[in-house]
Amino acid sequence: MTEPTLLRDQHYQYLKKGLRHLSDAYECLDASRPWLCYWILHSLELLEEPVPTAIASDVCKFLARCQSPTGGFAGGPCQAAHLAPTYAAVNALCIIGTQEAYNIIDREKLLSFLFSVKQPDGSFVMHIGGEVDVRSTYCAASVASLTNIMTPTLFQDTPTWIVSCQNWEGGLGGVPGLEAHGGYTFCGMAAMVILGKEHMLDLKSLLRWVASRQMRYEGGFQGRCNKLVDGCYSFWQAGLLPLLHRALFKGGDSTLSLQKWMFEQQALQEYILLCCQNPAGGLLDKPGKSRDFYHTCYCLSGLSVAQHFGNMDLHHELIVGREENRLVSLSISVIILHYDCNDKLWDKVVVAHNP
Amino acid sequence: MTSMSAITQTSDLTNKAALIPLATERPAYYRMSGIEETSNVSSEFQEERSEEEVEEEIGYEDPFRYVFYRDRKEWADLEPVPQDDGPNPVVKIAYSDKFTDVYDYFRALLKNDEKSDRALLLTAEAIELNAANYTVWHYRRVLLQALEKDLREEMRYITAIIEDQPKNYQVWHHRRMVVEWLNDPSEELEFIAEILSQDAKNYHAWQHRQWVIKEYKLWDSELEYVEQLLEEDVRNNSAWNQRHYIISHTTGYSDPAILNREVQYSLKQIKKAPHNESVWNYLKGILQDLGLSSHPGLLEQILELKETHCSPYLLGFLVDIYEDFLENTLEHHEEVLSKALELCELLAREKDTIRREYWSYVGRSLQTKYGSSDSSTTTSAPGSDSGSVHQETPCSS
Repeated sequence: MTEPTLLRDQHYQYLKKGLRHLSDAYECLDASRPWLCYWILHSLELLEEPVPTAIASDVCKFLARCQSPTGGFAGGPCQAAHLAPTYAAVNALCIIGTQEAYNIIDREKLLSFLFSVKQPDGSFVMHIGGEVDVRSTYCAASVASLTNIMTPTLFQDTPTWIVSCQNWEGGLGGVPGLEAHGGYTFCGMAAMVILGKEHMLDLKSLLRWVASRQMRYEGGFQGRCNKLVDGCYSFWQAGLLPLLHRALFKGGDSTLSLQKWMFEQQALQEYILLCCQNPAGGLLDKPGKSRDFYHTCYCLSGLSVAQHFGNMDLHHELIVGREENRLVSLSISVIILHYDCNDKLWDKVVVAHNP
Repeated sequence: MTSMSAITQTSDLTNKAALIPLATERPAYYRMSGIEETSNVSSEFQEERSEEEVEEEIGYEDPFRYVFYRDRKEWADLEPVPQDDGPNPVVKIAYSDKFTDVYDYFRALLKNDEKSDRALLLTAEAIELNAANYTVWHYRRVLLQALEKDLREEMRYITAIIEDQPKNYQVWHHRRMVVEWLNDPSEELEFIAEILSQDAKNYHAWQHRQWVIKEYKLWDSELEYVEQLLEEDVRNNSAWNQRHYIISHTTGYSDPAILNREVQYSLKQIKKAPHNESVWNYLKGILQDLGLSSHPGLLEQILELKETHCSPYLLGFLVDIYEDFLENTLEHHEEVLSKALELCELLAREKDTIRREYWSYVGRSLQTKYGSSDSSTTTSAPGSDSGSVHQETPCSS
């Protein structure tokens, strides 16, 4: 019986090619090109594949062209700024991590863009004249903290608004009243963690909800109760467990495991490795579906979460299959990333900001 | 992010020149597109010649052949703006000729801030090529207002687009804007019901529906609609959510008559389909504020159901009831705690093993919180220095 194997080389070739060229099937993502950069770069990072300096520089230059003159980043050159490509661009630049990358971001304009999409009730619209939902709070909180532009008023009332998205199921919906959904729940919880307000949520019922989203037969996660499994929820849903673990720990919980997350790590890895890989490279939703860079990014991210427990001090690994299946641990890479960003931007922070 | 649909990787697709425009409507934009009028010359007067020769001589052209904007006389005044990806592009999409052409002209319009009918027509083409381009949608809205266009016609347009692409953020947001401008929600419930009849869990559709109902106070018929959906599929979690939404915003659950009605409705659905997680979550959801242990006779009813309609959800629900007892009553603590711990262990070990780590945690938490201080058990977390966990709770049957 062969062990489940992560098809590293195949995924690498798929990602390497996509970073340069995409078929016309990607016309539907013409307003999400920074996302393509992020999904691919993050996937490469998880696979521990270095990005050649020249390409990294080209990505920087491209993202610079996506930056709006009024701040924030757009889905492509000459498009309007939008919080989702802003999140993608800033995070992609942070993955690249060079001085050139950090210099691309116009932090002052970014701050004014964030204020321009802020709503009186604490929520954010995704773009001027656009829709509100909890994704926007995560995108805003992520870029504001990475670039160190938070002000006392920027996220005023935002935690309260996010809390209002938590519903009777225990998870969060896109806006208050809606069905609990993995993507939105991740965004809401992660935003709260960044804002240091995670304890305003009902963590116990959130935990019950997300733990219940793992499918007992497939091993992967569903996005909503009574819906089907999808590889991308390997991250949006399973990724909540490390966040909850940390939040509960901070809240004084002494009964948490010191070795495992509160989901079945092995089963998730098996689902991803056995059901979500395209033999020609790339990962996907479920067998029978086509590969794409979004699923590649989040299946790999979920695989990393399932393989690594802990943080800087405490680290337990559970690798299904060969040792070569091991991916970079997300929690460590995020911590380094954050520190690095702030460190390199420190000079600019002191000069340009009066908190 | 999750409304992203899977993308097929196809190899070189040849340029897909448009033929017939959207089959749904053929309004004014049809005339102003590159589709030329047919000739009136009858075919019996034509000799055998090649298509091109014939076309050239008599000016007869295939009325459905697509003409690029760069070749249209009425657009000759506008200089197209090519997309500038720079000298070494990344994530470069192999756009079709048509896509490039339309967007080169869209960028030109944007640059000049042109507000015209032809601009409006072009936005429709740009949208058809990529309905997720929020910049184009925004511009379209600016044009609709500046040109004071007929918003009823726009409703017909957006209806068709949503039918075709119901899992897109921009189309639903656009519809919401038009409904707001018209201040007319009269078509909404029926339209959304139509979309839900094709996919009863479309998240955007539900979002729009909740907005319309709240904004225009259209609560009256919704519970009936929800019941109809639950008749069709009792496992439709979106419908259960809508049920909660309607009741919370109308009668609320504090009226005991309402609460009891909902509890009875839930129990009825449980008997019909015991392994339906949605209904168990709903039952817990509506009772948790008051406290699961406070509802008279509920524990007994659940214990009865356990014999004939058992499920991991029922067992989890029992854990929740017991936990609530522990939280709110002082009597029978040890007995209740031991029942709860036994269930957690049963779930972890046998009935819900995928959640083994979770149920073990719940057991440890209950033990720590409600276990008596002179108990001989230790409940430190697994993997800690003080040794492994052993639970010596009495095993009641």
